[in-house]
Amino acid sequence: MRLEARAITVRAAGRAIVEEASLTLVPGEFVGLLGPNGAGKSTLLRALAGILPHEGEVLLGEEAARRLSSRQRARALAYLPQERLVEWDITVREVVALGRHPFQRRFAQLTPEDQAAIGAALEDVDAHHLATRPARVLSGGEKARVLLARALAVGAPLLLADEPMAGLDPFHQLHVMEILRARAHAGTGVLTVLHDMTLAARFLDRVVVMNCGHIVRSGPPAEVLDAALLEDVYAVTPLIGEHRGSRWLLPWSRTSRRPSQD
Amino acid sequence: MSARTRLHPPALAVALVALVALAFLLSLSIGPSAAGLGALFGQLTGGEADTAILIMREIRLPRALLALLIGAALGTSGAALQGFLRNPLAEPGVIGVSAFAALGAVIALYSGLSALVPIALPACAIGGALLAVLILQVLSGGASTLTLILAGVALSSLAGALTSLALNLSPNPFAVQEIVFWMLGSVTDRSMTHVFLAAPFILVGLALLLASARSLEALTLGEEAATTLGVDLARTRLLIVLGTALSVGAATAVSGVIGFIGLVVPHLLRPLVGHRPAALLPVSALGGALLLLAADIAVRLVTPGTELKLGVLTALVGAPFFLWLVVSSRSGRGA
Repeated sequence: MRLEARAITVRAAGRAIVEEASLTLVPGEFVGLLGPNGAGKSTLLRALAGILPHEGEVLLGEEAARRLSSRQRARALAYLPQERLVEWDITVREVVALGRHPFQRRFAQLTPEDQAAIGAALEDVDAHHLATRPARVLSGGEKARVLLARALAVGAPLLLADEPMAGLDPFHQLHVMEILRARAHAGTGVLTVLHDMTLAARFLDRVVVMNCGHIVRSGPPAEVLDAALLEDVYAVTPLIGEHRGSRWLLPWSRTSRRPSQD
Repeated sequence: MSARTRLHPPALAVALVALVALAFLLSLSIGPSAAGLGALFGQLTGGEADTAILIMREIRLPRALLALLIGAALGTSGAALQGFLRNPLAEPGVIGVSAFAALGAVIALYSGLSALVPIALPACAIGGALLAVLILQVLSGGASTLTLILAGVALSSLAGALTSLALNLSPNPFAVQEIVFWMLGSVTDRSMTHVFLAAPFILVGLALLLASARSLEALTLGEEAATTLGVDLARTRLLIVLGTALSVGAATAVSGVIGFIGLVVPHLLRPLVGHRPAALLPVSALGGALLLLAADIAVRLVTPGTELKLGVLTALVGAPFFLWLVVSSRSGRGA
């Protein structure tokens, strides 16, 4: 299933946070949404996920998202919020099982299919050994993986993740990127917000860059992520190098001007 | 920790049902008159026990039924509010819903409306409860524990002030005394009329609250994640608001204010259902019924002469418990 967003505008208090943003996400594609703080990345992602009211049209497959029931939409598109909330002391397995919510009937037990999806998701994020632990007492890295597994357990053809690497150490950042890429290359359309240029350059099939509420660039990382873009959009001068055919970009110093604020 | 203490959910439910049945029978057989279960069985086997039957049917049966229904209403609404607001301190009494329901009931009693149309009593109490839940929703949209509790304090004070105003202006001291006694919270001296007045509203309210269970489960991950899991937040909110108003309003209308059941019961049962908000709802109904039946038996046994009011007992036990919860949540995670 592909996602197509046409001219999405999100307003808050009369101001456009996201303006006329259009993008597509196709099955098997791993796409990153980049841009400085306040560019509108999370807002756009929330609009695509159906959480925020917006102008413009989001198509899920052939269907306009606004015409789908909340349940149909939930089956088509999984969303991983940035905030890692687990409000009660339920176990890791129960957290992941919540991903099957769009498929469950009232008062019904989990089906073998549900169980399989939960097991596979736990396996994918390497958290099987945590299954019976209370989710709230996990470390940051464990919790991030478990909540990612919750989103994977939906088994939706589309997955939107809002900064799944935020606050994680390098080991876990690489791990999360590997998990997302594997999921994408298994046929899911994956769109993730991230800030790390090197991870973006190494892992993503395509990057979409936002600035001041607009999508300013879109294309393969090798074409889009360069010194000029980092100076224009982020107001930083990077160090750029290559290692075994992959590029790394390291933001090194601030340029003299402030990031553009329109 | 949670995994270890967890019981098999049906086993817990069966145990609670058995205990509720036992407490119900005890409630029927304990009282100042000697009418007990023995006399009842005597009647069944052909003995002379007409008075015993009469006492049970006219005096103790409505009392036991009300304790059962009201306990279930308070326990379930506490569990549902906690799940919806994701806050273990939410409870109809603490957040001012009971106080507003009582205000509604006092207005109905005081104005003489309830004497004209009996249904006005639960209707006004439900109206009061509804108003409180709606104000609370506005005040504490996505709010912290502190905001919620402060809103509850403000609502309770306001309801208290308006109730005092009504009593203050009353020309009839006997009516005042009656209302004050009623407000202390009790299921003594109620008739089947009270049961018929409250039961339909309580049962509908319970059904609405139980219908929100699946959504409460998904809300464990926060509102955004729940929305993308297919939860209709507006519908869930409506179920909780109406369910709480109907069940707590109708309960308060016939019993006065009985606090803390909705706080204590979900808190005690939560570990036994693995902290799952959906599983907590039905067992909190049973637990609330059990606790209120037990408390109502206790007030008969502890002070047989001047019976302690049920609401006084639950407050005496519940308020320190509430304080302890606040302290432990402060030292725990800063809530």
